Amino acid sequence: MSLILEAKHINKHFREPVDFHVIKDVHLSVKRGEFVSIMGKSGCGKSTLLYILSTMDTDYTGELRLDDELLTGQTANRLAEVRNEKIGFVFQFHYLLPEFSVLQNVMLPARKLGRKSLEEIEHDAMEKLRLLGIDDQAHKKAYRISGGQKQRVAIARALINDPHIIMGDEPTGNLDSKNSDIVFNIFRELSHEKNLSLLVVTHDHDFAAKTDRLIEMEDGRIISG
Amino acid sequence: MTNYGIILEISRTHLLSRMKQTSIAALGVTFGVGMFITMISFMTGLNGLLDGLILNRTPHIHIYNEIEPSSIQPIERLADPADFQIIRSVKPKKGEVRIHNALPILSQLKRDARVKGVTPQVNANVFYLAGSIELNGIVTGINVMDEVELFNFGDYIVDGNPQDLAKNDRGILLGAGIAKKMSLKVGDRIQVSSINGGIVPLKIVGFFQSGLAEVDKVQSYVNLRTAQQLVGGGSNYISDLNVKLWDMELAPSMSKEISAQHDLTAIDINTANAQFDTGSFVRNLITYVVAITLLTVAGFGIYNILNMLIYEKMNDIAILKATGFSGRDVQQIFISQAMLIGLVGGVLGLLLGLALSVMIDGIPFDTPALPTISTYPINYDSTYYLIGIVFALVSTFLAGYLPSKRAERIDPVDIIRGQ
Ligand SMILES: Nc1ncnc2c1ncn2[C@@H]1O[C@H](COP(=O)(O)OP(=O)(O)OP(=O)(O)O)[C@@H](O)[C@H]1O
Ligand SMILES: [Mg+2]
Repeated sequence: MSLILEAKHINKHFREPVDFHVIKDVHLSVKRGEFVSIMGKSGCGKSTLLYILSTMDTDYTGELRLDDELLTGQTANRLAEVRNEKIGFVFQFHYLLPEFSVLQNVMLPARKLGRKSLEEIEHDAMEKLRLLGIDDQAHKKAYRISGGQKQRVAIARALINDPHIIMGDEPTGNLDSKNSDIVFNIFRELSHEKNLSLLVVTHDHDFAAKTDRLIEMEDGRIISG
Repeated sequence: MTNYGIILEISRTHLLSRMKQTSIAALGVTFGVGMFITMISFMTGLNGLLDGLILNRTPHIHIYNEIEPSSIQPIERLADPADFQIIRSVKPKKGEVRIHNALPILSQLKRDARVKGVTPQVNANVFYLAGSIELNGIVTGINVMDEVELFNFGDYIVDGNPQDLAKNDRGILLGAGIAKKMSLKVGDRIQVSSINGGIVPLKIVGFFQSGLAEVDKVQSYVNLRTAQQLVGGGSNYISDLNVKLWDMELAPSMSKEISAQHDLTAIDINTANAQFDTGSFVRNLITYVVAITLLTVAGFGIYNILNMLIYEKMNDIAILKATGFSGRDVQQIFISQAMLIGLVGGVLGLLLGLALSVMIDGIPFDTPALPTISTYPINYDSTYYLIGIVFALVSTFLAGYLPSKRAERIDPVDIIRGQ
């Protein structure tokens, strides 16, 4: 199995208010179709690492490759394209455009990508919403649905462009155990059937235990996995 | 690869979600553009009116034989320039007012490709006699149909029409001021006596009213041949040639050419009406300054609202960037919001301007000085509407540029971490 994501010697400092070495020489790789979880104490740098791996944060040293393409040092435009096409990101907190409908939110990345017609995109978006059991909310404005529903909409949005890898920062953090199981099963299925890779930060031991591999972080370092 | 549909959709949704601020910003633009259109339509309408009053009937080049003292006196030709000479009381020598060789010059000018038309005129100083009243004045002999065609002469004929004069060699278009003084009406007869003694009875076929009262008190028009008889000259007696060019800008150079070639005085329209252009220019300048001021104020409003909007939409910007929209896409979202405000406000401004113009156009403006005008003049030239909308778009673009640059630079990680 080839690698979808490979990170070497990743170091990051926060310089304000005082110099703080937050990510310390991290090596990390994810194989195609692999479902990886990251655990660690609050404040150990999980979110920070994920922002680097998802190309949103470029203020680091080291080398990041996705799909055999060196992303370190790429232009902001190219990184935006990569995020749009290859990475689905689910935030720690649910992030939707509040004035748009649920359906429009899910369609957004696909419309940016512009590979399919509006009808196809809409059809796909409805599929993803149905997958996550919220197709009945499709035409509501995004600010009118519950926190757990928002989280599932965000997951549907991350899936819309059939990315190579999904990165999630506690994607099930706002879900009850039933919905958390549903999301886990969807992820599991996608990684098996569509060879989708997943890299998910979680505080949920049960969730982490069911993944292919568990990476443990402490104080900016990977200590196991 | 940018999909403009989604960018416009996002900016429209943002605008609609802040309807009140958006409308206020757009109203600023509407007001600016509306005032611009109203003012420029009125100002250029006024300019056009004054143009009509003076420029349209002023020949581009007026050729005549000026009686003036020779600029070089005989003694100056003889004496050494270093010698001390004083000549006092220099008077012009007696000469004829007519243009020598007028007919060859006329036909030469008519053949010139630059010339649209030439009209010959004969000026005669006369006395108007009716009953016991005697008034002095000027009778000008013209080819009336040519004058109508080239110099809008028809606009100044009240009670009567040019054909009546053209048909009647014993007809006269009497100055309205003269008619009033002598209480004459169309169809009456008037005697005209020329300086060299002959008295000719003429039938009044209409009145001439230029709008300049001083002129209307002395000036009348007859046919060329009638005037030639009045001055006792033949059919080659012509005192003035009025030239209309295709391109008015050529007037100064061509007038120099003519006066050099024929030893005649040739005055071009720019020299004759220099102050006139300045007036039009200043009026237009004021209009543009007011419009730009109003649109700048509107621009600041848009700048503020956009800055506020971007502050409110930080989360949206972060999400868009995280899901693959580039900084440029985000910038375009906000620039297009500014320009949508500009477009909607601008179009409404054009309508407002048009409505106000129509209103002004309907206000009665009756003045005896302007026989052809009954309401305030308005120029509906569509060029100004184009300028107005371009103004609106450019000023809103400029107002939106800085805020949108800020949006382009927002770092999504900062926002996402900030939650
Ligand atoms: N902008 C910043 N400037 C300075 N230090 C920061 C900044 N953002 C985060 N940190 C610090 O970096 C460390 C790692 O933060 P990070 O958000 O990655 O933690 P985390 O592992 O995701 O925690 P949690 O599980 O609570 O989400 C923390 O100690 C935090 O205080
Ligand atoms: Mg975190």
